[in-house]
Amino acid sequence: MRGKRILAAMSGGVDSSVAALLLQRQGWEVIGISMDLYDFSKVTKNREGTCCSLDDLYDARRVCDTLHIPYYVLNLRDEFRREVIDPFVREYSTGRTPNPCILCNEHLKFRALLRKADELGAEGVATGHYAVIRREPSGRCRLFAAPDESKDQSYFLFSLDSERLRRIHFPVGEMRKDEVRRIAEAAGLPVFEKRESQDICFVTDHSYTEFLNRSGIEEKEGQFLDRAGNVLGTHKGVLRFTVGQRKGLGIAAKEPLYVVAIDAEKNAIILGTEDETLSVSTRVGRFSFVSGISPAREFRATVKVRFRHPGADATVHMEGDHFRVVFDSPQRSVTPGQALVLYEGKEVLGGGWIECESASRS
Amino acid sequence: MRKIYLDHNATTPVHPEIREAIEPYLSEQFGNPSSIHWAGRDVRKEVEDARKEIASFFGCQPLEVVFTSSGTESDNLALKGVAFRKGNAGKHIVTSQVEHPAVMNSCRFLEAKGFRVTYVPVNRYGIVEPDSVRKALTPDTVLVSVMYANNETGSVMPIPEIGEIVRNAGVLMHTDAVQAAGKIPIDFAALPVDMLTFSGHKVNALKGAGGLVIRKGIELEALIHGGHQERGRRGGTENVVGIITMGKAFQLLRTGMEEEVAGIRRLRDKFEKGLFGRIPELVLNGHPTERLPNTVNISFRFVEGEAMLLNLDMMGIACSSGSACTSGSLEPSPILMAMGADPTDSQGALRFSLGLGNTEADVEYAIDAIETVVNKLRALSPLYPGAKEAKAR
Repeated sequence: MRGKRILAAMSGGVDSSVAALLLQRQGWEVIGISMDLYDFSKVTKNREGTCCSLDDLYDARRVCDTLHIPYYVLNLRDEFRREVIDPFVREYSTGRTPNPCILCNEHLKFRALLRKADELGAEGVATGHYAVIRREPSGRCRLFAAPDESKDQSYFLFSLDSERLRRIHFPVGEMRKDEVRRIAEAAGLPVFEKRESQDICFVTDHSYTEFLNRSGIEEKEGQFLDRAGNVLGTHKGVLRFTVGQRKGLGIAAKEPLYVVAIDAEKNAIILGTEDETLSVSTRVGRFSFVSGISPAREFRATVKVRFRHPGADATVHMEGDHFRVVFDSPQRSVTPGQALVLYEGKEVLGGGWIECESASRS
Repeated sequence: MRKIYLDHNATTPVHPEIREAIEPYLSEQFGNPSSIHWAGRDVRKEVEDARKEIASFFGCQPLEVVFTSSGTESDNLALKGVAFRKGNAGKHIVTSQVEHPAVMNSCRFLEAKGFRVTYVPVNRYGIVEPDSVRKALTPDTVLVSVMYANNETGSVMPIPEIGEIVRNAGVLMHTDAVQAAGKIPIDFAALPVDMLTFSGHKVNALKGAGGLVIRKGIELEALIHGGHQERGRRGGTENVVGIITMGKAFQLLRTGMEEEVAGIRRLRDKFEKGLFGRIPELVLNGHPTERLPNTVNISFRFVEGEAMLLNLDMMGIACSSGSACTSGSLEPSPILMAMGADPTDSQGALRFSLGLGNTEADVEYAIDAIETVVNKLRALSPLYPGAKEAKAR
């Protein structure tokens, strides 16, 4: 008998390739899908004909050939521009440091692709993410960090709710990377040795500023200020800075200076001492909870204020359309525009987006 | 799974008679046509016989036929060959907005090399009107290139009229007849056209061989430099097997085209009538009558062509939608855009092209499958006014 159909989102990397393989072994009828998100030829300089993204699609296609499954590339360029690039550029120009990968997960991988799954008669969508979904008998789904902490990607997935998780699968979510590579090698998948990709996929030449310039955001020289408004020097444009940054300021001072805030309206970078980068609390908007509702009006959680943040204990106060997080001990570089994710142990409760300037201790 | 191939404008299966005929050239008849000895001579004869067959089909002289690797190469040879040779006489080229990428991108290349190109528009049926070509001509024009029939819509261009205008202006005329050849009658001798592109694999020959008919006396700059093959106009050892199959294919068409086309036209009409009769909200893209007998391009309103194509593929039905880009994903068709089609409708456009091997039963099965897929996708579409009813059914 033929298994139920599922879409495997393929990046051409080893994780999603093994995810597709494992689903096939579990008896699913797997359809390989890649997303054509961006005309990379337009942003990639001096690399004519060697566009890395096309090479990745080639790898994905070869993996599907090896698995004898169909493979399609879906054109989602309009959605990507609307849901990821435009907000990315907008956020940057308002002095925030956005996280496009979460938007891409939210709107492309787990919204647009689920719509495609409907159209193609598939039950759901699988990816190569390292995170764990627990399906309870009631049908409720819960999201957990991956056991392998060094690979955990649950931070990027906080905005998925139980309803959507029901149709999502992370076949390699509980595995270790070396295990995944071993499976790929044993199965003869042509990607087992591929190195990790790290950069934001559409910023192909490793320079945010150049990408943003090309997207129509102009850089203007502005001033470095201290908290009191004293001018400390000039900078080449706010796009180059992020809260907590210490390198590349070019300002000589008695003690090391850090970016403590970005005032896009005044085109100013506010500098301060290490102490001034510490926040005791922060305001978080556009939040969501995996279960659909917050656990209580006030509750304890471990929070991550950026990917790779080890997590800090805090108390969360629900305040209508936003919540306030009060850290047990002050946290460095709580950056507007980044996602703040709430955990209880390994479980992802939900999260939201860090708003405006966080309250510093001073 | 039942497999039905309705994408003959992309490529065609090899004709069974042709498959049998090439056996000797895969074994004992292996010579290089340029060799003086027996092994070369035998094969050279076959290549020249193929040239003669093709010349008879198009109504031209054998020496007016130059073999290339593909329709694309032939288009490149025609455009760049003329531009490089005639570049001093003038730097203006006229073509249309609905050409194949082989012509389009050759023009873009020539623009980068200092030529000016006018891309004349088409009417709502996707047809280039002779008057727009007339208006585009300048004293500086050295070449006009307009396709004989469009690959996506099948719309047939008034090439005799356009050619007349171009010839009277003393300008060279090229036509890409890759889709038209073998589907509508072409008589090169009577046609005011100087160069004509054709391809083998669209007419049930092997992939990898094509050609350009070049009227006697017209000189082109060669693009592939090498040996003296094709009398210096295209170097490189000939694709002997490909050329032989192409010769056989056009030989079969010379006597059998009328009957074959009549059968395919009957099937296409049945298919088209079936779809329009059973599925509401369809739009025909292209001319209702001035159209290749095997092609029908339809917009299925309220659904995306991509979703249709993938669903049909999973049901064993091969057709095509818009144009595939480098990544293999689908882009909105520039051809439908040039026709002024509604952009939303164009998203749901599919091309079906019939050919050798299709049967009545294929057509019936395909109509059923397409109806099922359209109903399913419309039920999911928030835009479809009848979405609720379709779901209830």
